[in-house]
Amino acid sequence: MNTVDYYQMLRLSAPEAIVTVTMLVVLAADLTVLRGKSLAARFNFGALLSVLGCASAACLALHRHVEANLCDGMLVVNPSVDFIKVALLALTIFTVLISTPAKFTEHVGEYLSLVLLGTIALLFLVSAEDLLMIFLALEFASLSLYILTAFNKRNSKSAEAALKYLLFGGMSAAFLLFGFSLLYGMAGSTNLGDIAKAIAGKGLDPLLIAALVMTVIGFGFKVAAVPFHLWAPDAYEGAPTPSAAFIGSGSKVASFFILAKILTLAFAGTEGSAVWHGYVAGWTPVIAIIAALSMVIGNLTAIVQSSVKRLLAYSAIAHAGYMLLGVLGNTPPSHTALMFYVITYGATTIGAFGVVFLVEQATGSDALHNFKGLSKRAPGLALCLMIFLLSLGGIPPLAGFTGKFFLFSAAVLAEKDLGLLWLVILAIAMSAVSFYYYLRVLKAAYVEDAAEDAPAIRVPLLSFLALALLALLVILLGCAPGLLTQYL
Amino acid sequence: MLAWTIYITFIGVLVLMLLPRDNARAARIVALLTAIIGCAIAFVGSIQQVQQVDPGQVTTIVKVPWIPAIGANYYLAADGISLMLVVLTGLAAIAGILFSWNIEKRTKEFFAFYLALIGGVYGVFLSFDVLLLFVFYELTIIPKYFLIARWGSTRKEYGAMKLALYSFVGSHLVLIGLIAAWVVAKGQLGQPTLNLMDLAQVHFSTGFQHWVFPLVFVGFAILAGMWPFHTWAPTGHVAAPTAGSMLLAGVVMKLGAYGCLRVAMVMFPEGAREWQWAIAALAVIGIIYGAGVALVQRDFKFVIGYSSVSHMGFVLLGLATLNTIGLDGAVLQMFSHGIIAGLLFAVVGRMVYDRTHTRDFNDLETMQLGKLLPFAGVTFVIAGIASMGLPGFSGFIAELQVLMGAWTVFPKMTILAGVGILIGVAYTLRAVQKGFYSDAPPVAHGDQAHDHPLEPITVAERFGAVMLIGASLVIGIFPGLLMNWIEPCFKSPLFARLLGGGAQ
Repeated sequence: MNTVDYYQMLRLSAPEAIVTVTMLVVLAADLTVLRGKSLAARFNFGALLSVLGCASAACLALHRHVEANLCDGMLVVNPSVDFIKVALLALTIFTVLISTPAKFTEHVGEYLSLVLLGTIALLFLVSAEDLLMIFLALEFASLSLYILTAFNKRNSKSAEAALKYLLFGGMSAAFLLFGFSLLYGMAGSTNLGDIAKAIAGKGLDPLLIAALVMTVIGFGFKVAAVPFHLWAPDAYEGAPTPSAAFIGSGSKVASFFILAKILTLAFAGTEGSAVWHGYVAGWTPVIAIIAALSMVIGNLTAIVQSSVKRLLAYSAIAHAGYMLLGVLGNTPPSHTALMFYVITYGATTIGAFGVVFLVEQATGSDALHNFKGLSKRAPGLALCLMIFLLSLGGIPPLAGFTGKFFLFSAAVLAEKDLGLLWLVILAIAMSAVSFYYYLRVLKAAYVEDAAEDAPAIRVPLLSFLALALLALLVILLGCAPGLLTQYL
Repeated sequence: MLAWTIYITFIGVLVLMLLPRDNARAARIVALLTAIIGCAIAFVGSIQQVQQVDPGQVTTIVKVPWIPAIGANYYLAADGISLMLVVLTGLAAIAGILFSWNIEKRTKEFFAFYLALIGGVYGVFLSFDVLLLFVFYELTIIPKYFLIARWGSTRKEYGAMKLALYSFVGSHLVLIGLIAAWVVAKGQLGQPTLNLMDLAQVHFSTGFQHWVFPLVFVGFAILAGMWPFHTWAPTGHVAAPTAGSMLLAGVVMKLGAYGCLRVAMVMFPEGAREWQWAIAALAVIGIIYGAGVALVQRDFKFVIGYSSVSHMGFVLLGLATLNTIGLDGAVLQMFSHGIIAGLLFAVVGRMVYDRTHTRDFNDLETMQLGKLLPFAGVTFVIAGIASMGLPGFSGFIAELQVLMGAWTVFPKMTILAGVGILIGVAYTLRAVQKGFYSDAPPVAHGDQAHDHPLEPITVAERFGAVMLIGASLVIGIFPGLLMNWIEPCFKSPLFARLLGGGAQ
């Protein structure tokens, strides 16, 4: 065992340390100074602190240009990982900002600190190239998410959702751990690179197949891909909306980053092929099947939803399918496309949930009919919603379209003779389907008139500014994707 | 300069969004001004370009790198065909606003969506980067949807959703083809490109063109109303508000036809040659079917809706000929139909329906509209004559060229298309007779709405009608004005491969 340089470790994990300190400060401030203040004041002040902390951590991560690999892959720092961290921190900032109008809890400090704790876990997760560290960070993040899901104690649905999420999550952890232990057994190391070396040239022996399948199942739960998606609609619907936004954005970015890393690093050499009529066993066919199922089932099920949060959940499943195409491509452009897509998707999802949250707070539920006449009741909010949903639907020139174009073209380019075109055709066909259900929500907002007794929708300034900023970002990244891709 | 048609229109959208909500008058004036400035830029810019360079040459307007990683440029350019369609868009935009002067419900939003649609259309016609073209193409879907769903009539939500889904499915077919072509082109050229001029020089293998061409062509042709994918058109046109149907028929269907010609046929000439017969057959079916169905409609607007399908069939037939004269005719027919269909929809939607609140021939027959609204009656007769293709109007010269072009390639189908023209005469005369000059005795309407006199035709409507009739007449009498823009285009290298080995 090599000795650990603790100073070096602290220096390399400075962003995480800053967020940790912020988390403690937020908790302490809420318990001391802010005690007795109004809920809104506590939320705004706590959010301000969290934003400051995350922003300074992000600045630090963006401006240090370090390459380091500590403890054999336990903590890997390089500019591209750092940029993913910046993206995660930005997503957390927006999540915190849209949760400021929340009324579902009085435990402001705990809520915010759990969001920050989840963020810390995700930051460690993307830095890890070691099975043990990956597992620990992933479970750490999941634990925060379970609690965040259950945070609305006045709503039994929230508890139910959290229980479901916990049970499924626990199962996925078991699968993941089993897969990892098999890998360790074969390679004698938990480092991803060493594992690749150890299994290189041995071909697909049954043990490796078992390890691969277990790992994919474990991550399939985390990213909510079919057939491991069953928790997602209930969790999204029951969870307090900002928590759902966090599950759908930050956690997704990190999970996809690490899934791609494990598959491309640890399972290097066992790719196989998912080419039409050119099937070779390996991990790409497995991912291809999951991707196809997610796109089809996610999109088709979303059509019939009447709860907007459930609709977004199924759309998230469908998007996970598109993103798996990026994992599947397994080339540098395809990895860039994947990260571009996941990050812009995360931003868009936070925005969409932010709008849903405001409507939900004003009208009491996220049912589709509560969005009727939104363009008249809250024009700015309706415009933001339109931009987010159209981006999710893949309408140019928004980020969702540009991301899809990157993702699909990179996937087709990845195999010679247009080998993956079949999957891309399926994805494009399904994205045409998805347009229908996004348009249904927009139809309610823009075409239909509100009921006479529809309550007014109050739009707090802070969260509206955050939403407007997100909407601008979605447009900007759609028109000028180079701003983001240069870092990826 | 021409790029400003796009910018000014979107600036108009922004200005409209910033206007106070209930000031309908200001919204109308802003919209009209924007459209007039856009049209003026289109006119002046086009004439300048034609004077300075050969109209057949693709002249770059703007070209800056956009997404270098995939070879996308912000590349606006124009040749004679683009110029003609840009001018058409300018005219149609003004006319549409004049005929929707009476929109009172959420006027500002109406015109904002309207101008957004126009801006997207300008963009498509000026884009020579296929991704950019695609972006503008999809940009038009959303405003179309809201214009119809919000301000339309008869089953508007159904019509709007149908139109949006058809457009979206079509554009996704195109997207598949573009991605595949991009990958193949990258393999051949060694670097990614989305520039249409470069892609037109790439030699795609015959096997590849065999399946990609129909994908991209049909994707665009859905919007051009090609049978059997035309069903969005009648319902969409009928459901749309007057300005909406004017734009749908006037310019949006042209987007589809333009995409077929500019992207599908130019990029995959061998595919075009291979599928020539199929396209021609579908086009002729469209011509006859559209005309036949128009003949038996009871709803006035459905007559015009199906007539659009029939007339767009001529555009597709002209494209299918793959010879210069047929293509000339097809392109001119785009202009001609854009003007005439706009006028027909204006008469039916604005002059008649907004006043009588019915489009049912059984009701209209009893109203003697020819006497009550003489201006509407006369306008419709003139528009009908133009639509039938009588000499002197733009439709004649366009359809004649299409038929001449088609005759050399597929004579039998040409005869069938000629039959379609005859049916066209029949349904137009029937519409004129039933709509305006019926013999049916007036029914005494005790308590009905149209007992009180109909609102007279407004100045705005007169202006719009005269403008459109004038445009059709000018081109009908001096076809050379536009033919000088169109003809040279087909001599340019862009079309060399398409016309080179074809049936000339």
